[in-house]
Amino acid sequence: MKYADEFRDKELAVGLARAIRAKADPARAYRFMEFCGGHTHAIARYGLEDMLPENVRMIHGPGCPVCVLPAGRIDMAIALAERPEVILCVYGDLMRVPGSRGSSLLKAKARGADIRMVYSTLDAIALAEQNPGREVVFFAIGFETTTPPTAVMIRAAEKKQLANFSVFCNHVLTPPAMRAILDSDTPIEIDGFVGPAHVSTVIGTEPYAPFARDDGKPVVIAGFEPLDMMQAILMLVEQVNDGRHEVENQYRRAVTGSGNQRAIREVAEIFELRDQFEWRGLGSIPSSALKLRPAFAHLDAELRFEMRELVVADNPACECPAILRGLKKPVDCKLFGTACTPETPIGSCMVSSEGACAAHWTYGRFRDHQRRLAS
Amino acid sequence: MSMHQRRLDLKNGCVDLSHGAGGRAMAQLIAGLFHEAFGNEWLARGNDQSAFDVAAGRMVMTTDGYVVSPLFFPGGNIGSLAVHGTVNDIAMAGAKPLYLSASFIIEEGFRFDDLKRIADAMGEAAREAGIAIITGDTKVVERGKADGVFISTAGVGVLPDSLDLSADKARPGDRVLLSGSLGDHGVAIMSKRQNLTFDTEIVSDSASLHGLVAAMVAAGGQGIRLMRDPTRGGLAATMNEIAQQSNLGFRLQEEAIPVKPAVAAACELLGLDPLHVANEGKLVAVVAPDVTDAVLAAMKAHPLGRDAADIGEAVADDHRFVQMATSFGGGRIVDWLSGEQLPRIC
Repeated sequence: MKYADEFRDKELAVGLARAIRAKADPARAYRFMEFCGGHTHAIARYGLEDMLPENVRMIHGPGCPVCVLPAGRIDMAIALAERPEVILCVYGDLMRVPGSRGSSLLKAKARGADIRMVYSTLDAIALAEQNPGREVVFFAIGFETTTPPTAVMIRAAEKKQLANFSVFCNHVLTPPAMRAILDSDTPIEIDGFVGPAHVSTVIGTEPYAPFARDDGKPVVIAGFEPLDMMQAILMLVEQVNDGRHEVENQYRRAVTGSGNQRAIREVAEIFELRDQFEWRGLGSIPSSALKLRPAFAHLDAELRFEMRELVVADNPACECPAILRGLKKPVDCKLFGTACTPETPIGSCMVSSEGACAAHWTYGRFRDHQRRLAS
Repeated sequence: MSMHQRRLDLKNGCVDLSHGAGGRAMAQLIAGLFHEAFGNEWLARGNDQSAFDVAAGRMVMTTDGYVVSPLFFPGGNIGSLAVHGTVNDIAMAGAKPLYLSASFIIEEGFRFDDLKRIADAMGEAAREAGIAIITGDTKVVERGKADGVFISTAGVGVLPDSLDLSADKARPGDRVLLSGSLGDHGVAIMSKRQNLTFDTEIVSDSASLHGLVAAMVAAGGQGIRLMRDPTRGGLAATMNEIAQQSNLGFRLQEEAIPVKPAVAAACELLGLDPLHVANEGKLVAVVAPDVTDAVLAAMKAHPLGRDAADIGEAVADDHRFVQMATSFGGGRIVDWLSGEQLPRIC
């Protein structure tokens, strides 16, 4: 596969693994958080942890938009979908995300709610055109990467003057989540960040500068291919060794300093910051999510349907907050593998296959098993 | 009273409720469409059941339902799929398939020409496989109560006394053989799904595997421990099933697993793992080390096993993990798929 296989080359990987091993100081630990679910997936899919020395450990961050969506927002979506006039359009991976008391969109659909899985925002527009007698609502989620497509959809709805279309907006922002992790009450144990790939193609590298400058944390923006990850880890090890803390860009084939200005402008024209937004696993974070500007209020499902804000507390036994801050591992959680499994997820880290706990459940268990065998 | 009845308008007509009502319209549909397509001496007798001679040895029996959407896809349709799927379930025991039944639940308004295409494909798949569809049933339900047509089948076959394939026969050191590339069926179906249409040259691998199985049995005999066809849930689900039932772990080599570039690209685009995508014309066999070369050679000599590969081995492991050495150089677990990757692929 052209433009993908080149970044999965085994021999280059072995070379990078050797370089990381040579540079990593055996006297110290290196704990790096990969923020994005895409990176977590690459680590698990290609078995990268096997290629790293023992003292270089990856901490899986909260960068999976499905995982961080709190139960309250799912409950709100279910209540909306249960209205007889509503067709709710969602991305497929939202279907199994747990709401409160074991509810989910999948179960609501089975009980009769009209919920359609779509693959693009334009499918939702087409549904609205095909069903003039129904109210079509798009369940918008995602970080900065998926916000521009939602903006495009809103422009299209405006142009077509669709009277039966609206958006339930749940778009969230990356830098405030990184800030929330760094500003944790308990001291975090993270020596650097592998910065987002796709998010950075939109927002550029500049928004990460404060984490390097003010918090003293190295940040290396990296692509989602396994060689990208390996190179980024090497760059982070070198920064730590040199005592540097800078924003470096490994993903230069796609990311620029100032990002995609057109997308940023378009998003800014349509969306504005919410004061607070609840994140599964991280709690309420100020200025961390977007809503539609008043000029687009007629397309805002929360206003159109007078949706009641629902807040559901996370399960108190769930260790996601500590796992997301690098303080605990999935196996340290009482719920891991017992009450909380990929089939019955509770915390954000188990909800999507890219979450830290799901990744560990799927790919990491046998590594623990092998360690036990070895010891 | 005139006995004259208009012929079925196969070009423009469609199924209505009378075609399932037990009256003349139903008889006409069965005779004019299904008998025509399946044509064999058993159906010609027009009984509610068919009698057939029982061969020596043990018999195997299986049943299956088909609800694939869309009904027509690159490389086949629900009719050919129903025959291939049922034949393969019998063949995985090492048995020779003989007879099938077919029961149709048809939605009111379903076009005769589509039904004929489906029945013709079934008849052709049955003739190719050397089996006969010897009994059947037709029901019609109101519009909206089914999605076009659903097909249920049963199949019987005979099994030589010498053969008893079973997962508990697998031993550490046994080799895992795969008959060809993964994911063709699932990707072909997906490429035609509403909202997801994309152009690809990939066609479903749907095929009857009993010929390949016979060649393998001739080469490997009792050295073949078990065979499975990795349909829903893909190779990942099949290997985990085998691991559970055999009380063994498995170690696979990603580099050895054939995946067509177009399938790999489609999976990349859709965020799927080819190991989880369905196949309808592939089998995986666990074989004793001493017959591995002979069985693999027999597979490669058969048209449906041309791309066969030795993809890994069974290992002693109480945890029954299916592990894989990735082509990148790391290791990972190959787990069951959580939830539903793609509904109604067969």
